[in-house]
Amino acid sequence: MARPGVGVAGKLAVVDNMGARTVRRPVIELKAVTREFKVGTQLVRALNGIDLTIDRGEMVAIIGPSGSGKSTLMNTLGCLDTPSSGSFFLNGHDVSRLSDDQLAETRSRQLGFVFQSYNLLPRETALSNVELPLKYSGGYSARARKEAARKALDRVGLAERYDHRPLQLSGGEQQRVGIARALVQNPDLILADEPTGNLDTKSSQEVITMLKSLNEDDGKTIVIVTHDPEVADATKRIVAFRDGLIIEDRMVNGSPRRSLNQDEVRS
Amino acid sequence: MNFGLLFTTALGSLSSNKLRASLTLLGIVIGVSSVIAMMAVGRGAQVSVTSRISELGTDLITVRPGAQALRFAFFGGGGNSDVVSLGDALSLDDEVFSPNARVIAPENSFSGTATFGRENTFVNGVGVTAEYIEARNLKIASGRNISNIDVQNDSLVAVLGSATSEALFGQRDSVGSTIKISNREFTVVGVLKSQQGTIFNPDNSVLIPITTAYYRMNNGKGPRESISVSAINILAKSEKVVDAARLEISTVLRLNHELDADEEDDFLITTQQDTIETLEGTQGTFVILLGSIAGISLLVGGIGVMNIMLVSVTERTREIGIRRAVGAKRRDILLQFVTEAVMMTFGGGVLGVVAGWAIAHFGNGATVSGDVIETVIEAQIAVLALAVSVAVGLFFGIYPAVRAASLNPIEALRHE
Repeated sequence: MARPGVGVAGKLAVVDNMGARTVRRPVIELKAVTREFKVGTQLVRALNGIDLTIDRGEMVAIIGPSGSGKSTLMNTLGCLDTPSSGSFFLNGHDVSRLSDDQLAETRSRQLGFVFQSYNLLPRETALSNVELPLKYSGGYSARARKEAARKALDRVGLAERYDHRPLQLSGGEQQRVGIARALVQNPDLILADEPTGNLDTKSSQEVITMLKSLNEDDGKTIVIVTHDPEVADATKRIVAFRDGLIIEDRMVNGSPRRSLNQDEVRS
Repeated sequence: MNFGLLFTTALGSLSSNKLRASLTLLGIVIGVSSVIAMMAVGRGAQVSVTSRISELGTDLITVRPGAQALRFAFFGGGGNSDVVSLGDALSLDDEVFSPNARVIAPENSFSGTATFGRENTFVNGVGVTAEYIEARNLKIASGRNISNIDVQNDSLVAVLGSATSEALFGQRDSVGSTIKISNREFTVVGVLKSQQGTIFNPDNSVLIPITTAYYRMNNGKGPRESISVSAINILAKSEKVVDAARLEISTVLRLNHELDADEEDDFLITTQQDTIETLEGTQGTFVILLGSIAGISLLVGGIGVMNIMLVSVTERTREIGIRRAVGAKRRDILLQFVTEAVMMTFGGGVLGVVAGWAIAHFGNGATVSGDVIETVIEAQIAVLALAVSVAVGLFFGIYPAVRAASLNPIEALRHE
């Protein structure tokens, strides 16, 4: 399923597996990132100079009230948006200045995105929804695509649901199809934007368990935007946002990773 | 995305809204089929006119008075010029100067009303010699032809066209009866076979000796050689020597008319080939006109495609967002929508060609207000119509596709 030797991520994985000379390059490195929008004649700053580093194998929750900039951050991390200033390194590559086509390429190969409202194509089967990123990254035969999609669906426990359409699945199952789609290219990074926002408690639990397992068993780096304190507590690290700034960054087990006071924020 | 994937993706999208896709397709089908059918009718008319002219014989050469007089002659009036005379016709009958001219048939025209008892009918009168019917490929149905003795004697004899005979006598045999043309009494000596369908329809005509027409109907004066004629019909010895015959005729007439080398001809020689070319040109314009009218319906079909594609882009904004989020480039989205549009127009084009061909095929020989419609289907038109339908898809599909491709993925994902 994996495409060996593609990009830095692949090479790094090889080094890691050998256990020698491990290069700890962060998966995500944001430096003084700002993002401004024009709303009418007013300039709104959604991100106000963000510095954030997320290492390989971390599982991070990003929390904050609506309008705090966490969605904008997620769009930036997901290569759907580019910073107004500052730089964003994804797997050691500066993606803040990539062209539209290069961003599309990066989206399809280097990360998987899980959405609050699943965002599955309603007319397509689960299998064909999971295949979609492979269709756009190209280079796969129809057989290879199906094989990879089956494997991803098996991984999220939907082996029985290949040919179901989204509306024939429960919310939790739909979200797991979404996770399978994020997994199908075997990226190191999974971004989840309110993945449990539309789910009941039981399904939420399933999805969180699934994401935890991907982090702990498969070594995926996972970033979750959430409102839900339970979800946040299930992760290893919590980054809190307010007004486009990081106001808190702590490990869930209590030890502050990097606590910011207000003076530091303003500088 | 490779072509196969693009194709299946587009097909999937189209089949998810079959009624809409089929109605859009129908617009193109109607456009393309009407282009095909109209062109077939137009080409059919062109071919039938050509073949009717050829029926007169491709070895026919016609000499008329100069260009100005010709215009009158062409629209039914007589040549009002004295430039071409019976003397010219006589001098063309010469083995030495014009060896390639075979049958020389001068004609003169007059118009009037033919009366028998209480019946009367308007006739196209033609003053002729015995050679006329051979030159114009006419047949005698009953009685006899105008003879050269009739011509010598300025006899009051007439050969009637079939329609003229029927108008005056019904089904009865008119040969031997006496009719009045412009208050002069003529004895009917023969009736022509009906030639319905040929372009120079002789059925309404009356043939009388050319001398009679000149001296008695048109009150002409002077010796026979000076009788002015509206045309001289000449058959070449064969189709191959038409051009040679034409040159000989020109030479003889220039000598007769004592034209200097720097003077232009005061007569006009036309061969059947010239006539066919002129008429084909006119008909070509007609075909283009028909095609353009049909083309408008294709244009309307194309606008329908654009309309539906624009609606589709709006409806599928979220789908576009999802595709972009999982790695589709702008180009992928653009191609997907263009492919959908082209598939509809190409599909419509194929069905339209089949439908147009069927209309033309089954419409061939149909009668519309008395005229028989002939159709000719040409492969080039079908290929052209297909190419145009693809072009229509590209043209009208590109704008909606550009709109789809330029959507911001974040906003598209937020779209409900």
